Amino acid sequence: MTADRYAVALQRVVRDDWSRLASSLVGQFRRIDLVEDALGDAVEAAARTWPRDGIPERPSAWVLTAARRVILDRLRAEAMHRRRRPLLVSDALMYAERTTSRADPGDLVDDDRLRLVLMCTHPALDPDAAAALALRLVLGVSTRDVARLFLVSEPTMAARITRAKRKIVSAAIPFTIPPLHALPGRVETAAGVAYLAFTAGYAPASGSDLVRSEIAGEAIRLVRVMLDLRPGEPVLVALLALMLLQHSRRDARVGPDGELVLLPDQDRSRWQRDEIDEGLALLASLEKACPGGAGEVPAVSRQTAAYAVQAGIAAEHARAAEAGDTRWDRIVRLYDALVDLGAGPSAELGRVVAIAEAQSPRAALELLAAIPLPGSHRVPAVRAQLLQRCGDAEGARAAYLEAIALCHNETELTFLRNRVAELADPD
Amino acid sequence: MKYLVLLIGEGDLPPWDELSSQEQAAGMEKFGAFAAACGARDGVSILGGEALAPASAATVMRTRGGALSLTDGPYAESVEQLGGFYLIEAPDLDTLVELLRLLPPFDIQICPVVDIDG
Repeated sequence: MTADRYAVALQRVVRDDWSRLASSLVGQFRRIDLVEDALGDAVEAAARTWPRDGIPERPSAWVLTAARRVILDRLRAEAMHRRRRPLLVSDALMYAERTTSRADPGDLVDDDRLRLVLMCTHPALDPDAAAALALRLVLGVSTRDVARLFLVSEPTMAARITRAKRKIVSAAIPFTIPPLHALPGRVETAAGVAYLAFTAGYAPASGSDLVRSEIAGEAIRLVRVMLDLRPGEPVLVALLALMLLQHSRRDARVGPDGELVLLPDQDRSRWQRDEIDEGLALLASLEKACPGGAGEVPAVSRQTAAYAVQAGIAAEHARAAEAGDTRWDRIVRLYDALVDLGAGPSAELGRVVAIAEAQSPRAALELLAAIPLPGSHRVPAVRAQLLQRCGDAEGARAAYLEAIALCHNETELTFLRNRVAELADPD
Repeated sequence: MKYLVLLIGEGDLPPWDELSSQEQAAGMEKFGAFAAACGARDGVSILGGEALAPASAATVMRTRGGALSLTDGPYAESVEQLGGFYLIEAPDLDTLVELLRLLPPFDIQICPVVDIDG
C-alpha cells in the first residue's frame, strides 16, 4: 500500500510536470540531448530513494534538482574528455555548448513549454521522429511505449529519438517561439505531428493489438498541452474535436475476444459520452469562430478544414443513437468536401462506403474501381462487402481472399477470415 | 554556428540562362537584399559564397587502391544543378531560413558545419 503511494506520487510528477521540467532544463542548458536521459535518471533515483527517505515536500522540484545534477555531471565529463583528446572528431564534440539567443518578440506569451513543443515538432525533423520525440520529451511517455505505438522495437525507437535529438543540436534548431508571421505554420506542423502519433495508435499496419488506445490517448494530451498554450487556435480546436470523437469509440471497436467490431455493429452505450460532448462542443465553437464551415470555402487553412470535416463525419456517427439513424446523406457531403480538400484516396474510399449507405451498394461498386490504392487490402475488403450485399457470394469470396492476401494486421485478418467463413455457412 | 548553404536547384524557377535580362537583374537584386539583411542581423555574417560554373565544367577526383582517377562531370546526379554556395555564420536554423527566403526560391540544402576545435 505504502509502496503504491510512492509510485503514485512519482507517476503524478511524470504525468503532470514532465513538460515543465523538460522545458526548464532545455531552457537552462540548451542541451536537448542530455535532458531526456537526465530526467529518466532522476525518476529512477526517485523510485529508489523516496521509499527510504519519504516523499519530498515538493516532488517535482526534487526531480528537477536531481536531473540538473545529472546534466552538470555530464557537462563536466564532456569538458574533461575534450581537454584530454582535443582533436578527436566525435559526436561529443558536436555537442560543444552553444549559446542561442532567445529573441522572442515581446507580444507573445513567454512560455518554455511552447518552445519545447515547437522545437520537438520542427519541420526540419523527420515527422515520425518528431512525433516520437514530442511524446517522449513533452509528455514523458516511455521509449518502450512510444516504440509500441509506432510498431517498432525499443532499440529502433531509441535510435530514432537519439537521431532527432542530434539533429536538433547539430543543426541548431532553436528553442524559441517563431515570429508571429511564421507561428501559424509552425503550430500546424506541430498539430500534424500530434495527429501522426494519434493515427499510429488507430491504424496499425501490422501487429496484433488493434487499438493501442491508451498510448493514442497521449497524443490527445499533447494537443491539450498545445491548446493550453495557444487557446482557441483553430487547427488545434479542430484536431482535438476530431481526436476526441474518434477516441470516444475505442472500447466498442474491440469485441470480447479482441476481434474488430465495425461501426454499425458497435454497442453505442460503450462510447464515451463525455468525450463526444466535448468534441461536439469544440466543433460548435470552431464553426462559431470560423464561419463558412464544412463543405464551403473554408475561412481557415486547408489542414484545419480537413480536421474539421473529419470531425464533422465522426460527429454524424456520434449523434446517431443507433446505426440506422445515421445521416449518410450528410456524411457523403462531408466526404465530398474532404475529397475536394485533397485528402487523397482514403477519403475517396470513405466516400464510397458512405454512398453505399446513402444510395446503394451497386452505385458504390461502380465508383470503387476508380480508387487508386494499389497494395492496400481496404479496397478489396470494401468491394467484398458491397458484392456480398448485392448477392454476389462468389465475387465477394474472391474479393475477401484478395484482401486477406494483402492484409498484415492480425485483428483485421481474423475479421476477414470470419467473413469468408460466413459466406460458406450463412448461419 | 556555421552553415554551408548549397543552392542545389532552381525549384519552380526556369534555368537562370533562360531568364530575360530584366528577370536576371531582379534575381540579382534579391541576392543583394539577402546580403544586406545578413549584414544587418545580429550574429549573422556571410563568411564566403560564390556562384559556380555549370556541372559540365566539374571534375570528380577519386583515389582507389592508391590510384588517382579523374572523371568528367559532377559526383552525383543530385548536385548536377549546384549553382552556388554560401558559408554563413548564424545563431540558429530558423534565423538562417528566414534570411534565405530573401533569395530567389531555389532548392537549398543547409549543412551545419562541425566545429572540431572543441
